[in-house]
Amino acid sequence: MTETIGVVPHKERHDEPRATSPSWFIAKLNPVSRFIGAMLLCVPMFLSLDVVSASTALLIDFALLWIGGVNPLMVLRRTWMVWIAAVGSFVSVTLYGTASGAILFRFGLMAVSEGSLYAGAATFLRVAAIAVPGVIFALGLDPTDLADGLVQILHLPSKFVYGGLAGMRMVTLLQDDWRALGLSRRSRGLGDGSAIRRVFMQAFSLLVVSIRRGTKLATAMEARGFGGDAPRSQARTSRLHGVDWLFYLICMAIPAVALLLAYRTGYWHWSFRN
Amino acid sequence: MTTDEAGAVVAAGVKAVDWGWRHASRKDFALRHVDFEIRPGERVLLLGASGAGKSTLMAGLAGVLGGDDEGEQEGSLRIDGIDSRAARGRSGLVMQDPDAQTILERAGDDTAFGCENLGLGRDVIWKRVRESLDVVGLGYMRTDHSTRRLSGGQRQRLALAGVLAMHPGLLLLDEPTANLDPEGVQEVHDAVRQVLEQGHETLVVVEHHIDVWLDLVDRVIVLGRPNDDSYEGGVIADGTPEEVFSVMGDVLAEGGAWVPGREIASHAPTRSGHGRDVVLYADDLSFGRSFPLGEHINVRFHAGEVAALTGRNGVGKSTLALTLAGLLKPIAGHVRVADSMMPARRENDPFTWKSRDLLGRIGMVFQEPEHQFVASNVRDEVAIGPKSMGKSDEETYAIADGMLERMNLKRFAPANPFTLSGGEKRRLSVASMLAAAPKVIIMDEPTFGQDFTTWTEMVELIASARDAGSAVIMVTHDETLIKTLDARRIVVSEEE
Repeated sequence: MTETIGVVPHKERHDEPRATSPSWFIAKLNPVSRFIGAMLLCVPMFLSLDVVSASTALLIDFALLWIGGVNPLMVLRRTWMVWIAAVGSFVSVTLYGTASGAILFRFGLMAVSEGSLYAGAATFLRVAAIAVPGVIFALGLDPTDLADGLVQILHLPSKFVYGGLAGMRMVTLLQDDWRALGLSRRSRGLGDGSAIRRVFMQAFSLLVVSIRRGTKLATAMEARGFGGDAPRSQARTSRLHGVDWLFYLICMAIPAVALLLAYRTGYWHWSFRN
Repeated sequence: MTTDEAGAVVAAGVKAVDWGWRHASRKDFALRHVDFEIRPGERVLLLGASGAGKSTLMAGLAGVLGGDDEGEQEGSLRIDGIDSRAARGRSGLVMQDPDAQTILERAGDDTAFGCENLGLGRDVIWKRVRESLDVVGLGYMRTDHSTRRLSGGQRQRLALAGVLAMHPGLLLLDEPTANLDPEGVQEVHDAVRQVLEQGHETLVVVEHHIDVWLDLVDRVIVLGRPNDDSYEGGVIADGTPEEVFSVMGDVLAEGGAWVPGREIASHAPTRSGHGRDVVLYADDLSFGRSFPLGEHINVRFHAGEVAALTGRNGVGKSTLALTLAGLLKPIAGHVRVADSMMPARRENDPFTWKSRDLLGRIGMVFQEPEHQFVASNVRDEVAIGPKSMGKSDEETYAIADGMLERMNLKRFAPANPFTLSGGEKRRLSVASMLAAAPKVIIMDEPTFGQDFTTWTEMVELIASARDAGSAVIMVTHDETLIKTLDARRIVVSEEE
């Protein structure tokens, strides 16, 4: 009689196509547009450092994203890192920024004045207004579609783009490698002692393993005719549609409205002047 | 071009005239004075000992050996009269490692990749993609199916589809099934048969397990060293399978090939494992990485016994092995060892032990030897175990040198572990584990991708560790291995 060890049956692996964005609107866009849109949206916001333009932009962002299918709560959940960064900049600008107006609090080098408190708040809002839409746009982005767009729309060299794309696939493999390397070190009696030294040694091994993986991948790609001098064709089309242009318009309108409002209300404050 | 007017693939012919290749970093030619002609539609099995230059020839045929800065070429190697390096797309290569050949995220895109590089039109590409996926038996798969969760067999068939879509007249398979379980081997074999029935391509396949491809080939070419006093490789036999095997059987077996119909010496234990001491056992164990793969497992392993964990791919055999080895935390229950094996002042739970406590007690050989290497030369690699156990330098190196001698690795002592061949790396990974003299030896697929020579060595090693009183636990799909060692068989299978 054969011995058996029973294991939990495989759940049927459903391989449903992944949503390319939590927003139905952004999902319709060419991936390249998400980058262009994010640039249009955030670059003008660097011009002024005030509370009005940043909070206006942020409010419009939230409203439009809600219409686009991402409710404010989900936006907050997906962008928690941005808020941490924003709080960090608020604290440092408030404590160490140039003092002006009445001093509210002083402790050694730290001085909280009305001016620095205002500058801190403005910075907080600005960091959020610049980074939140960018993070939401990037969610679910399909790397292959992005590569197609970079090559076909922005005309970046295809060898470079697709080489990089294939390399990105290796990241998952390297995560498994890293885990196996750690376990094998423990099994060989090398798992004790200084963690820093261990990580360093293990990182070196990972480097060796990754170079070997990369070489194999490069050969496989070359064997399929990649890297030749002949022109490469495209199996997939990447094009800009009306909806992309609409998106660009929206992305230009938001900072325009926000900055105009700041100017009209007198809150405008050039970022690059004291 | 590669297709005739009706659109069918035209088989390619190959001609090597006094061909040779020397890698830029080596003194000797890997292959030299190679002459042969393969007519269109012929199906060739390419054999030779490890290091005989099989992969070099395959890379040469595929045109991926590289330019003058990577090595020196002599003579000519032509496909349909065109230099193989310029005949891009005329040959299609499938290699050994399933992980290394998936290029893109979606199955359809991955298949289309080669066609894009040939500059084909969009409609042609997608027509070919669907045809190729059909012929390798992946036609049921949506073209946007993710390539992340494919089995090894599916991956290799996908790689084959990607190559076929380029309509190569010459199909090159370099040990395409070496890393697969028996099911995957069958899948790939059937896919290739289907391809050849439809397209009549010329085929060159490299494989140690001759019987896998025997029904599909009509010619065998053997590479080896024509002169004993030279390291240069060349063709040493060429003919029908019957001719070559009758004349060259012994040479081939010695070179590592699995020659059909050969008797394999038994390494069954001399006395049964019953009544022996239990050294390691699972006590109501649940194992898994994030969620339990198996629960309430009770199994005992005895000194002087080989236990084989078998079962389908992906059921969790490797995870179980890592848990038994004290490397993964049990989700519930315990892995326990015999009291006599307990390190001082520790609980009876190997996962909570210090890394050093595992030495001399539980040793693990990983599936991928490269994951194990930490030293810059072979001798130090083997010395790590004894050294960490606190032995003196003298004692340490005496153990290491003895182990290298036994493993036939002595001449590589100063070499970097990564520069060894596949079989040598495998032996080294076992040697460095055995140097710590563990009482429980756990091995994950110790015979994957091994040629007959290394396989035989591995069997002898396992048998001698067993006879020396160690408990051996191996995860394996290798039926011959289980039979030869007359191992205790434990099937890991899904509960109904």
